[in-house]
Amino acid sequence: MHELLVSDLFAILPEIWFAVAGMALLMVGVFTRGDNTRLVLWLAIGVFVVCGLLMRLLGEHGAPFAGLVVNDSFGDFMKTLVLVGAGLALVMSLGFIRREGMERFEYPVLIVFATLGMFVMVSANDLLSLYVGLEMQSLALYVCAAFQRDNLRSSEAGLKYFVLGAVASGMLLYGCSMVYGFSGATSFDTLASVLGDGRDVGVGVSVGLAFIAAGLAFKVSAVPFHMWTPDVYEGAPTPVTAFFSIAPKVAAMALLIRVMMGPFAGLFEQWQQIVFLLAVASMVLGAVGAIGQINIKRLMAYSSIGHVGFALVGLAAGTAEGINGVAIYLAIYLVMGLGAWGCILTMRRQGAMVEEIAGLAGLSRTNPPLALCFAIFMFSMAGIPPLAGFFGKFYVFMAAVNAGLYTLAVVGVLASAVGAFYYIRIVKIMYFDEPADGFDTPLGRELWPVIALAAAVTLLFFIYTGPLLDSAQAASLALAPGGLDGARAVLVP
Amino acid sequence: MILQTLAFYLFAAVLLASAVMVISARNPVHSVLFLILSFFNAAALFVLIGAEFLAMILVVVYVGAVAVLFLFVVMMLDINLTELRQGFLQYLPIGALVGLVLLLELLVVAGGWSFGPELSAAVQSPIPAIAERSNTAALGDVLYTRYAFLFQGAGIILLIAMIGAIVLTLRHRDIRRQRIGDQIARRPEDAIEIRKVRSGEGV
Repeated sequence: MHELLVSDLFAILPEIWFAVAGMALLMVGVFTRGDNTRLVLWLAIGVFVVCGLLMRLLGEHGAPFAGLVVNDSFGDFMKTLVLVGAGLALVMSLGFIRREGMERFEYPVLIVFATLGMFVMVSANDLLSLYVGLEMQSLALYVCAAFQRDNLRSSEAGLKYFVLGAVASGMLLYGCSMVYGFSGATSFDTLASVLGDGRDVGVGVSVGLAFIAAGLAFKVSAVPFHMWTPDVYEGAPTPVTAFFSIAPKVAAMALLIRVMMGPFAGLFEQWQQIVFLLAVASMVLGAVGAIGQINIKRLMAYSSIGHVGFALVGLAAGTAEGINGVAIYLAIYLVMGLGAWGCILTMRRQGAMVEEIAGLAGLSRTNPPLALCFAIFMFSMAGIPPLAGFFGKFYVFMAAVNAGLYTLAVVGVLASAVGAFYYIRIVKIMYFDEPADGFDTPLGRELWPVIALAAAVTLLFFIYTGPLLDSAQAASLALAPGGLDGARAVLVP
Repeated sequence: MILQTLAFYLFAAVLLASAVMVISARNPVHSVLFLILSFFNAAALFVLIGAEFLAMILVVVYVGAVAVLFLFVVMMLDINLTELRQGFLQYLPIGALVGLVLLLELLVVAGGWSFGPELSAAVQSPIPAIAERSNTAALGDVLYTRYAFLFQGAGIILLIAMIGAIVLTLRHRDIRRQRIGDQIARRPEDAIEIRKVRSGEGV
């Protein structure tokens, strides 16, 4: 007989706070009259801030509910990223939902519940909590994608995301059932001890592992499970796309790392091949696929596929150094992504959103500060030193080289060189093409602080790297206790 | 023992046959009825292995709620079957290929079926002997304690699904409501006009 302990409840206070606050916001939305979307949205932002405070105050580590979830430094790091990403995405959507007829209070409520799902994902320590967290997040996201229900493309995006997401969930569950059937456990800790060093596990566990990897690869949109990404990114309302490309990516990546480094650590040689292929294919397709795009949202979709590929390089190394690299990469990607999407959200002409890249022509003359910020983000995403994006790539490639994955590092550098082409093409269009009409001014009060902050962090990251590197290191050591220079078995390419 | 085996084969055979009928029946209403039959047989299989709670849940939830809902949907919607079946032959080769690959994989997996040596020690919540404690009670022991977190999480997923369904479909149309004040304030002069109509002429 298991007891439900109060200390267990204390340990998941951030999650409980999100659940209760989400329901309270729903009540506020239903029972206040008139135009209450802004009220609920600001309250939701307040919920995020309070959650951040709660996480700082109750930083205790442990595994409540008999190990269903786990609170560790890795979880803290990723949860902070998710919180910042989701909260700022909400701030950035303030202007858009007012102008584009998305004024319904359910939007912030759904974002709050999606963030709750991501928290559960990040701290999952059991196949069951993994699935519950993933579904909680995904269901809220499907609805967000289709939020502009009278817009055909938005509805299409929601439907496509839903159907493909259901297929991915099916694969994931099939894999989970395989693993459970052949090992008799769902808890990550028990799985790790039962599977041991992976020598005498049945073929069923390997099949299950492959299915779980495929399901999670869909959620991080790694090639070849990326097909939904460009269409969904293009069709969904722009602030929702901004949200999609940041917080859920971080959460799904954290989940993938935790699953691979936790229960399946002994099967490293088997999953390294999968992650290796996913990383190579994502980097290459992200770089090549973006070249021909004329829609900025589609371009950013391919860019995010490429970034996932780079992050997976660190996971393929399988060392603490690799996980450290992924953590740093995700943090920097979050900042760059927020800034770039902030810039895209300012692209408005005569009251309508501009989505063509050609619409950026001559931005340096019509709006120099915005063009400068956008250029900083693009250079950073391309990985030009000394901007932040360079350091993200540097750490994952270093980890790959130190783990002996030279092929992966070479492919990565080549792909980022190809990718630089389309990032810098945007800079060229902004600075050297004949000006198009200027964008609508004012650009939106809520966007400027986010853009300016992100640009400052991206530009000046190399001066003050200490806190990020320290917490990323602590996060990686929580998962791979071998130490930062601990070596691993090497995949012979 | 022999009786149990016979019962297993009987239920399993009916289950498979009705499952095949679900996808091959021409009339969608028949499909749903076969679906209900297969649910009942699956429930019987659960009873055979001593999982009476799952069996009852299957009947109550799937037959009582889901299948009846299906029946409503099938009868309410005007589904054109010929249109639905149009792509069938076109997609048959690829569908058959995927099915074949999955079948082979399953065979490989089933062929290599072996449990880890520490398996029995690893099982987290050992099932008490059925004579000691019914499995409904055994489930209740862990569902609201050890798995309370997941139970509540599943509840939130359902809440999100409900919010989603409302967000995507609810429209506040102009509904004509009775306004009693307006009705009482209405006087004959507002509503009717009296005119003299001469015979042989229109208004």
